[in-house]
Amino acid sequence: MSDISKKSLTEIVRLIKKKEINSEELTQFFIKNISNDKKLNTFITNCSEEALNKAKNFDKKPKLDTLLPGVPIAVKDLFCTQGVKTTAGSKMLENFIPNYESTITNNLWNEGAFLLGKLNCDEYAMGSSNETSYFGNVMNPIAENTVPGGSSGGSASALAADLTPTTIGTDTGGSIRQPASFTGTVGLKPTYGLCSRWGIVAFASSLDQAGPMTKTVGDCALMLEVMAGFDKKDSTSINKKKENYSKNLTDNIKGLKIGIPKEYRVDGMSKEIDKLWENGKNLLKDSGAEIVDISLPNTKYALPTYYIVAPAEASSNLARYDGVKYGFRSSKSNNLIEMYENTRSEGFGDEVKRRILIGTYVLSSGYYDAYYLKAQKVRQLIKNDFDQSFNKVDAILTPSTPSSAFKIGEKKDDPISMYLNDIFTVPVNLAGIPAISIPAGTDNNNYPLGLQLIGRPLDEQKLLNIAYAAEKKINFKQSLNRWWEK
Amino acid sequence: MTKGTGKYLVEGEKGKWEVVIGLEIHAQVTSNSKLFSGSSTKFGAEPNTQVSLVDSAFPGMLPVINEFCVQQAIKTGLGLNAKINSYSVFDRKNYFYADLPQGYQISQYKNPIVGEGEITLDLPEGSKKVGIERLHLEQDAGKSIHDLDPTNTFIDLNRSGVALMEIVSKPDLRSPDEVNAYVKKLRSIMRYLGTCDGNMQEGSLRADVNVSVRKEGDKNLGTRCEIKNVNSIKFMQLAIAYEAQRQVELLESGKAIKQETRLFDTKKNETRSMRSKEDAHDYRYFPDPDLLPLTLDKNLIEKIKKTLPELPDQKKERFIKEYSLTAYEANVLVSEKEISDYFEKVVKTADIKLAKNWIMGELFASLNEKNISISESPVNAIKMAQLINSISSGVISGRTAKEVFEIMKETGEEPKKIIESNGLQQKSDPKELEIIIDKIILDNKDKVVQYKSGKDKLFGFFIGQVMKASDGKANPQLVNEILKQKLK
Repeated sequence: MSDISKKSLTEIVRLIKKKEINSEELTQFFIKNISNDKKLNTFITNCSEEALNKAKNFDKKPKLDTLLPGVPIAVKDLFCTQGVKTTAGSKMLENFIPNYESTITNNLWNEGAFLLGKLNCDEYAMGSSNETSYFGNVMNPIAENTVPGGSSGGSASALAADLTPTTIGTDTGGSIRQPASFTGTVGLKPTYGLCSRWGIVAFASSLDQAGPMTKTVGDCALMLEVMAGFDKKDSTSINKKKENYSKNLTDNIKGLKIGIPKEYRVDGMSKEIDKLWENGKNLLKDSGAEIVDISLPNTKYALPTYYIVAPAEASSNLARYDGVKYGFRSSKSNNLIEMYENTRSEGFGDEVKRRILIGTYVLSSGYYDAYYLKAQKVRQLIKNDFDQSFNKVDAILTPSTPSSAFKIGEKKDDPISMYLNDIFTVPVNLAGIPAISIPAGTDNNNYPLGLQLIGRPLDEQKLLNIAYAAEKKINFKQSLNRWWEK
Repeated sequence: MTKGTGKYLVEGEKGKWEVVIGLEIHAQVTSNSKLFSGSSTKFGAEPNTQVSLVDSAFPGMLPVINEFCVQQAIKTGLGLNAKINSYSVFDRKNYFYADLPQGYQISQYKNPIVGEGEITLDLPEGSKKVGIERLHLEQDAGKSIHDLDPTNTFIDLNRSGVALMEIVSKPDLRSPDEVNAYVKKLRSIMRYLGTCDGNMQEGSLRADVNVSVRKEGDKNLGTRCEIKNVNSIKFMQLAIAYEAQRQVELLESGKAIKQETRLFDTKKNETRSMRSKEDAHDYRYFPDPDLLPLTLDKNLIEKIKKTLPELPDQKKERFIKEYSLTAYEANVLVSEKEISDYFEKVVKTADIKLAKNWIMGELFASLNEKNISISESPVNAIKMAQLINSISSGVISGRTAKEVFEIMKETGEEPKKIIESNGLQQKSDPKELEIIIDKIILDNKDKVVQYKSGKDKLFGFFIGQVMKASDGKANPQLVNEILKQKLK
C-alpha cells in the first residue's frame, strides 16, 4: 500500500469503507509520521499507542456506516479529552487531565474516529504564530524556522505534514484560517453557535468557535457535518437541523454574487497578495459567479475592537486558573493572595498576562464606557456592515492574511505587528458569521497564501460550494521537501 | 430614643436624628437544582458532594439557566407587585476568592429580571408602604471553613451556584421595628409563593443593611454605611441601633461619616469597619458572554400570574369579610401561611369564634412555650377542630376543654380519646339529669317554696347543687333548661 497519509480524508474514508485498507494499517502510517515530529513540535501529547489499540478494536468490529470510520485524528490541545492531558498550551494546565470529553471531540468519536494526540497551540489560543505555547514553537512544514501561524499552529502543521488526516481547531480571531493560510491547508470558522463550545478551554466566549482544518474543501464539508449540531449544554448553541454538507457539495455556483470589499485593500499589502486576490476574482467569474464591489466601512475599527472585546472576556474566563482547584499551584506562598499572585505569575506566559491586563483595564470602572461599551457598539456596526452587504451578495472574497508565513522570532517582540496578522479575519468573528480559508497560491518564496470566503450566518453550504469551485480552478499543489524528517 | 409617638428617633446631645434604612435581602430560591447546573441544593449534605463540573468551574464548562429558578423570580416579583422585565441580562461580577471557583459570580447588574414594586407593612400605628427597587437572580458562592485546621482553609462548594434572589428595598425604612415588619412580610410573601423557605438558620435569608442618619425633618439623605451579611432579624435590629447611635455621635462631634462596608459582631453587639469605599472591589461587571440575554414571553408571565396563590394582603381582606375578623385578628392569622392554613382547616368544621380564640389563645401560647412552629404542633388542625366541636356539641365544657388541651399539647392524642379515658364528658342525658334534679328538688322543698314565691336568686343555688351532685360534669345549659321547667 502506498503512503496513504498524504491522501485526503474523503479518500481515506472511501478506502476504509471499501475495505482496501483497515484502521490499523491507516493508523500505522500516521504513527510513523508522528515519530518524526521532533523538529515540527506539533504534538503535546502523543496518543499513538492508545490509537493503535483503538484501531485494532475498530477492525475487529468495523462500523463502516459511520462518517469517519476508523480514522485517527489529532486535535488542538484546547479540546478537553477524557483521561487525556489537556494543556491549552499552558504551564497552568501542564498536568491537567479532564474526566470529561468536549462535545465536539465526542461528535468525532461517535462517527468512528479516535484520538491520535493533542496538538500544540498558542497558550490559551492567544497568539498568531504558535510562539506563545509553553510547550515550545511549532515549525511550519513549508520551511524550517517558519511559523505555522496561530493559535491552531500545531493543528495546521500536523495536518500539512501528514501527521493527522484531518484536525480541528478553534478560531477566536483567525486562529483556524490564518494557520490554514500559512500552511497551504483549508480551514473553516463556522457561524457562532453552530459548533458547541462545551468542553473547549475558553478564551473569549462570544468569539470562540471550533471548526475543521482539512486538506480539501470536501474534507472540510465532511468534518463540519460531524462537528455541527445543537448542544443544550451550551446556551449559545443554535438549535437547527443537521445538514449534509458533503452530500450537498457542488461546484455549480452560477449566478452567485461575490462581494469584493474595498476596505480590505490595506496599506502596505504586498503585490503578491493583490495578485492572489485578483486571480481569485477571475476564477470565480470563470465559474459563473458575478463579482460585485462592496463596502464594509467599519472594517478599520475591527482590530482595535477585537483587542478590547477578546481580552475583556479572557481576563474573566481565565480567573478560574487560581491554583485552588486544579492545575498549577505555586509552592512558595504564605497566604491566599500570595498563592494567587505566584500561581498566576508563574503559570501564565507573557502574552496571556498582557491580554489579562488589557482586559482587566478595559472593564475597570471609569474605563468601561470608553473601551468595552464603545467596542460593543462598534462590534454591532461591523455586523451591520456585513448584514447590509449580504443583501447584495452571497459571499465575500478577501485575502486570508496580509502576508505569508514569517520567521520564528520575527514578530515575537512586536505585539502590534503580530496582531495585524488578524486584520482580515477578526471582523468575521466579531460579526459571528462563517468564513473559510483555502490555499490559493504562493508567494516568491513559494510559501502558501490563502483566500478567505465569508458567508451569511448559517450559510456554510454555499460557502463550501464556492470554496469547492475555487479549489477546482486553483488546483493548488503543496510540495514539501519534508526537511523535518531529515 | 423616643418611642410612643410611633416615630423612632435617636436622641443626640444636639437634637433628634432620623434613621434611614434600606435592605438588600439575599433569599435562596426554593429549587431542587442550582441556578446554572443540575446539582442538588439540599441543605446539610456532606461537603463537596453536591458539586458539578460547572459549579467547580472546570475548563470549558458552561452555565445553562435553570428555567424553574427564573419562574420563581417572576413569581416573587409578581408577589411584590413589581414590574417584570421581559428583557434582562446576566452579568459577571469579577473578584477573586477561594470559594468562588469561576473567579466571578454570575449576577444581574444593569438589567435585573424584576424592577420596581412595593409591599405594605402592618404596623401598630397603621399601614406603611415600602418601595422595592429591584429583584435580581444571582449565584451563591461556596463556603470557606477556617476553623477546622490551624494553617489550612477548607472549601465546601455545595452552595456554589445555588440560586439567590437579591431583593433591594428603597431607603424607606425608619426603625428597627419597621425592619422587623419588612423582613417578616417579605418572608411571609415568599413562603406563600413557595419561592423561598425563609429559613434564616440555614442561611436561606440574609441581609445587607444600609444605614444612614439625618437631622429630624431633613430631606437629604446622609452618608450611608452598609452592614454586610446579617443573618437574623434580631441582629439586624441590634446592628441598626448600634450603627445609628455611632453615626449620630460621630456627626455631633463634628466628624463626617465615611461611606464603607461594615461587619456586625454578634458577640460584642457592635459594627466594625470592613473596608472603605476606596478599598471597595472594582467588580468589572460585564454581560456574561456564555449566556444569552433572558427574554421573557408575555404569555409566560401571564401564565405564572394565574397560578399565584392568594397572598397575605388578599387573604387578610377575605378573612375580615368571610369570617368577620377584626383587622388585628386577620393580620395575626395571615402572618404565616401555615397559620392561615391551620385556621381555615379548623373553621371548615368548627365554630369560627371559638376557633380564632383557641388558636390565638391556647395554641399560640403552647407554641411560644415550646418554641415550635404551628406545623410542628402536636395539636394539628383536625384535632383542634374536634376539640372545639366537643365544646359546641356540649360533650365538654369550655373549662374542661382547657384540661383536655393541656394533655393534647403534650401527647398529641385525639380529644375524644382523652375525654373518654378520663371520663370528662358532660352529662347531657336529660333523663339522667332529671333524676338528679328531682332528688335535689325533693331534698330542698323549703328552697323551692321560697323560689316560687319570688326569691329568684335561689336558681343559682339549685344549679350549684346539681353540678355538685354530678361532679361538675352536668351540661350546664341542659341543667338550666330542665330546672327552669321543673321549678315553674
